[in-house]
Amino acid sequence: AEVEEILKRIQAHRGVIATMVINAEGIPIRTTLDNSTTVQYAGLLHQLTMKARSTVRDIDPQNDLTFLRIRSKKHEIMIIPGNISIKITIELYVL
Amino acid sequence: MEIVYVYTRKRSEFGRPCSFSDRPAKVNVDIPPDPSMAGSFVLRNPVDSYVQHASDMSEHEVNTERVEVESRGVNHVEGGWPKDINPQEVEQTIRFRKKVEKDENYVNTIVHLGTLMEHCVKQNNAINIYEEYFGEEETAEVEDEPPSAKTINVISKLTSFFDVLLSKRDPNVTKRTATHLSWHPDTCKKLAVAYSSLEFQQNVKDMSFDSYIWDLENPNKPELVLKPSSPLVSLEYNPKDSHVLVGGCYNGQMAYWDTRKGGLPVEVSTVEVSHRDPVYGAIWLQSKTGTECFSASTDGQVLWWDIRKLSEPTESLVLDITRKGLLENALGAVTLEFEPTMPTKFMVGTEQGIVIACNRKAKTPPEKITSTYSGHIGPVYALARNPFYPKIFLTVGDWTARIWSEETKESSIMWTKYHLSYLTDGCWSTVRPAVFFTTRSDGTLDVWDFLFKQNDPSLSLKVCNEPLASLRLQDNGCVVGCGSKLGTVTLLEISSALCTLQRNEKTLVTAMFERETKREKILESRHREMRLKERARSEGQETVVEERLVENPEEVLSRTRREFFEVIEAELQRRTRAETQCLHGKVPGTARTRDRGRDSPPWGGGQGSASAFQVKDHAGDEAAAQGEESQLPKEEEEEEKDVA
Repeated sequence: AEVEEILKRIQAHRGVIATMVINAEGIPIRTTLDNSTTVQYAGLLHQLTMKARSTVRDIDPQNDLTFLRIRSKKHEIMIIPGNISIKITIELYVL
Repeated sequence: MEIVYVYTRKRSEFGRPCSFSDRPAKVNVDIPPDPSMAGSFVLRNPVDSYVQHASDMSEHEVNTERVEVESRGVNHVEGGWPKDINPQEVEQTIRFRKKVEKDENYVNTIVHLGTLMEHCVKQNNAINIYEEYFGEEETAEVEDEPPSAKTINVISKLTSFFDVLLSKRDPNVTKRTATHLSWHPDTCKKLAVAYSSLEFQQNVKDMSFDSYIWDLENPNKPELVLKPSSPLVSLEYNPKDSHVLVGGCYNGQMAYWDTRKGGLPVEVSTVEVSHRDPVYGAIWLQSKTGTECFSASTDGQVLWWDIRKLSEPTESLVLDITRKGLLENALGAVTLEFEPTMPTKFMVGTEQGIVIACNRKAKTPPEKITSTYSGHIGPVYALARNPFYPKIFLTVGDWTARIWSEETKESSIMWTKYHLSYLTDGCWSTVRPAVFFTTRSDGTLDVWDFLFKQNDPSLSLKVCNEPLASLRLQDNGCVVGCGSKLGTVTLLEISSALCTLQRNEKTLVTAMFERETKREKILESRHREMRLKERARSEGQETVVEERLVENPEEVLSRTRREFFEVIEAELQRRTRAETQCLHGKVPGTARTRDRGRDSPPWGGGQGSASAFQVKDHAGDEAAAQGEESQLPKEEEEEEKDVA
């Protein structure tokens, strides 16, 4: 229930296109997009997040990845890695 | 014992011519055998030895490792799901998801993550931290990169190795010129190149006749070898059917190929009805059947063909500008031009430097030739209409390139300066109306952009050391292929600044063309008036007619430029006056107009000085014949002032 509330709040913000929650294996638990797109995003971003995290850890073992933003011409993708799940938000570019 | 023969001659007799004479043999030295040495003679064991007169050969074997290839399929499944759950089953996935969500840890994590995420999203919404400040200013500067071009591929006609394998000839194969290039109409990855030797009577016996179709992915080996009965001078892909090509041969025949059928021509025209000179231009026509083409050659004929029946041409035209249809008077055609949007009209560039515009659908043969444009001193090697402005066309010949408008027949509206080397080929850019390319016989490719700079090419590239013979732009406008005299085809990719349409380019170019055409028209009409005046005067009148034309604002501008040169002109006048004697005592009407504008307008300046190309002398014929005495030099200056 709280989970729902939080996700709904995020989705309600201006400019947010979609929200996704992905578990440690890369399976989308909760999503606001259709299945095929979600699966695509999940697969790609999961790997990227793992790579980014391991990079940060390699450079400084005490460090850890807190936030990953991918800004492109059209959208911005924000990823927060957690212990067992990662959350992805796709936002529209505000110019 | 030393064997010595002494030969003496008096020094004064040195250098005298010898006079030989016969005499019997004379023993000079006789060495008798010495028996005492016989004892130390050692008999050698007879040994078998052989001799064979043949070249040494050796045998080698090479066997590469075999690569085992196997076709396999891959089955993709949505990953990540635990083994017992089938991702296709919606119920199972939902159940799994629900199970995950019930986990306590999950809820905590999500709550935590959620707050973080919200924070960032709000941040984004509050202010765009990556905002482009001064974003509008960037659009003002469009041309920050200098125009450039880089070579992407060099296809040289194969070295002797390949030819030795094929034809078992002498390794010194003569290099032939790449005379014509044609891009494949659809893919732009294939290039058909015609090779022939255009030197007069230089046909070496073992020169191969082949022309090649190259695939750009493989520049070492041609994709298809075309084998005509005589070398091809021109070669064109059919724009409608990309498997068919037509080629004009060195001996005047026309041949067509189907690439699906191999390298031999499907059909060749009969020798009696073909051209008598190499076919320099062969172009496909727009027709419903897509099988019509026409060709032109230096024997003065333009022939139309239907490739289904190459045994005789469907129509023919003799390029005789006196309009009598006599082959003896005909001008030799060197290049042909056809625009698909105007299917009945076409243009021919001749060896004599004249461009003839013809109408195919005229009723009688003399009327087929609609107009002629003369201005080049040498053969017109290339002729191209501007793809955006069909009335404007470019001719390349002798040492200049000229731009003409169809309406002004007396002279070109714009022209380049006289280069140091012959210009061999040229074409317009397909994407930018102000850009055209020319190749020179010193191996340079010039790219001209006359909105940017009119005196010089905006980019000049030395492609190779031998003369460049042909040039062809790919349809996308970015890749240009040039063929050289030794058969090397170089492909260059030009920078995007030269192949993307600039802002306002079309309007600026239109304005420029209109201005130049107007200028020429005014000059023409002025000329005509001069000549009429001349005729009136030569009938004994001594009236001096001074006309003042209505001056357009543009003439005012050009006039201010010309005033600078009046002083020079006056000086020249005085000098010529001192030399020649007055015969008629009339005022000659030398229509000498000098357009000398050297300043190129700044880019985007729009209106302003007219063409900034070099000096052009319009000497009226009659006037030049007469003596150059002017009683009133001032009046002549004024006349010049009035002329646009």
